[in-house]
Amino acid sequence: MITPLFPPAGAALALVDLHKSFGSTQIIRDLSLAVAPGERVAIIGPNGAGKSTLFDLISGRFAPSAGQIWLAGQRIDGKKPFQINRLGLARSFQISQLFPTLSVFDNLRCATMWRQGLGYTFWRLLSSLTDTNARTQTLMQRLQLDGLANTSAQQLSYAQQRVLELGMTLASDAPVLLLDEPTAGMSRSETTQFMGLIDELTRGKTLLMVEHDMSVVFGLATKIAVLVQGELLAYDTPDAVRSNPLVQQAYLGAVLSTPELTSGSQHRPSPQPSPGAGEGENSRFASVVSKA
Amino acid sequence: MQVTEKAGVGDAAVNSKQLLLWGGYALVLGLAPLLFDSSLSQSLLSQIGIAIIVCLSYNLLLGQGGLVSFGHAVYSGMGAYLAMHTLNRISGGWPLPVSLIPLVGGLGSALLALLLGWVTTRRAGTAFAMITFGVGELIWAAALVLPGFFGGEGGVSGNRVAGSAPLGLTFGPQIQLYYLIVIYTLICTGLMYALTRTPLGRLLNAVRDNPERVAFVGYNPQWVRYLVFVISAFFAGIAGGLSALHYEIVSSDVLSAHRSGLLLLFTFVGGSTLFVGPILGAVLMVLALGVLPGVTPAWLLYLGVVFVVVVMVAPGGLAALLVGLWRQARQGDWRRLWPWRLALLVSLSIAVTPVLAWVEMLYRLQQVDILGPSLVFFGLPLDVFSPANWLATAAVAIVGAALCWLSQRVLAQKVLP
Repeated sequence: MITPLFPPAGAALALVDLHKSFGSTQIIRDLSLAVAPGERVAIIGPNGAGKSTLFDLISGRFAPSAGQIWLAGQRIDGKKPFQINRLGLARSFQISQLFPTLSVFDNLRCATMWRQGLGYTFWRLLSSLTDTNARTQTLMQRLQLDGLANTSAQQLSYAQQRVLELGMTLASDAPVLLLDEPTAGMSRSETTQFMGLIDELTRGKTLLMVEHDMSVVFGLATKIAVLVQGELLAYDTPDAVRSNPLVQQAYLGAVLSTPELTSGSQHRPSPQPSPGAGEGENSRFASVVSKA
Repeated sequence: MQVTEKAGVGDAAVNSKQLLLWGGYALVLGLAPLLFDSSLSQSLLSQIGIAIIVCLSYNLLLGQGGLVSFGHAVYSGMGAYLAMHTLNRISGGWPLPVSLIPLVGGLGSALLALLLGWVTTRRAGTAFAMITFGVGELIWAAALVLPGFFGGEGGVSGNRVAGSAPLGLTFGPQIQLYYLIVIYTLICTGLMYALTRTPLGRLLNAVRDNPERVAFVGYNPQWVRYLVFVISAFFAGIAGGLSALHYEIVSSDVLSAHRSGLLLLFTFVGGSTLFVGPILGAVLMVLALGVLPGVTPAWLLYLGVVFVVVVMVAPGGLAALLVGLWRQARQGDWRRLWPWRLALLVSLSIAVTPVLAWVEMLYRLQQVDILGPSLVFFGLPLDVFSPANWLATAAVAIVGAALCWLSQRVLAQKVLP
């Protein structure tokens, strides 16, 4: 287990004995984790393991029931999402959260305005904000969305919406990023291309990512955190996690009873996980683990 | 004034087309009293100018922010009261020019919104609507129990010829007041249009679309709503102040939920999705409330029906409908289709007119003891006791409906090749 010397100095993000329950249901139990600056952490685990809830706690959507969250040496647990964002943490969502009637350009501009120091300005026209507009333009080019500036977000294709979702997260220039299943619902080729983009655009940033596609996870992550039933089962380098007996036990045990061992099948995010979905994921997961 | 933007560059400059629209808008407001110079039309025009400001201020909430308020009359009404009390102080010797009274109303309403809005804008959606309704009822009830400020049943009256008269302008003659209203209307329209193109204005649209996401890009959606609520109240208060000068009397019905409901209704009918919509709605509001009650006793019914039809058929309001038709007209299809569209329009009026006749006859039946059985409907004499009249109108309605159905079918086939 992790020693109680938390938070370690210099961690970009540290979770200390984090706990969350809804009613009598415990979602996150005594979770402690420190992420060094520049680390790329993939959080994996079966459906219902608490991955998304963990992101909701860190980003301020929910307040933790107990425990602490530190962002670059500052307590952020219990703060509101916009306060946490201002302190340098941005997140994306599993189901794209865009401004559907606004243009792509406006979506990104709204997401970058606070960092540009504009606040709630109502005495300057948007057109006079040369700096902000130039930055938004640059971001659009880096996202390869230029040409779609005037298209409203709701008219974008699914994959383009996922790219814009990533762009909204990057726009605030936060040093710590949480990406919740960025490639969810994308085809294989879209995923490969998109991961290249994520790799390129998040360089130098601290990244936490929930991801089901194991090829993606093991390709990008420098650390892997395995979350099972709200508890941190392992937190180590990809190779070490693969050969971790605890992980193997937890996942291979589950998989022997299920015949399918396919990996990399696609699924679109659904608001409610279907009953069988967890098993398929476990087996996919196990297939990666068993390669060790 | 539809907002079509080229990112970064194009949302910039006011282009020549927009300049033309603004020039036309100012010209129409400026020249209207030369065309319609009776005292009734001067009064109606003044009311239109005032209504434009208040409807635009309401649409900052409704269209731009997605906030349905059932209590906007609180802010226009309180602006009117504050303006009236200020006017009476000026009559008593305060050294303030009458032309600045609307600003007093605006600032007063903004201050009130600063207090009340803190509670109101905590939530959006249904909760916001309910709280605005509750606050509106509260203020209205207060008006009845605080006659010192609200003037009780009789309201508060004053005389707008007060204080000094710079440049000889006393605002006594309606035409002088009208041009004061026009100046305020133009400035307020310009400011509110500019607001939609500032960071706060765009954030307001973002809060309308997805308040949760706004919170995750560093902004407090409650704060966005709060600021815009105060700004909206400011403009509503200016309109209230102008109406105090116009009527020279303010009574508690300016605060009523009925008044708030009318603002919602006409802003929506005019069109909340486009900036020009509320301007259209304001014109309709003044004409409907000023002219319709004199024409028919069933006017409230008609307003209700129009509202329901617009909600169901054209949720973008008349402005969006007109813009849509204009776009279609510019496409080639229009030439091929217009005879059939015209046919549809004509048959629709053939179908609807007898229904109106029925409504008028039914209303007359209620008051037949006082007003007698015969009435004139669009120049046609009708008798509510004659079965032939009822049957004949019904027959015309059926014919009209059949024609509607026919032209609709033809049109549908023409549109889908």
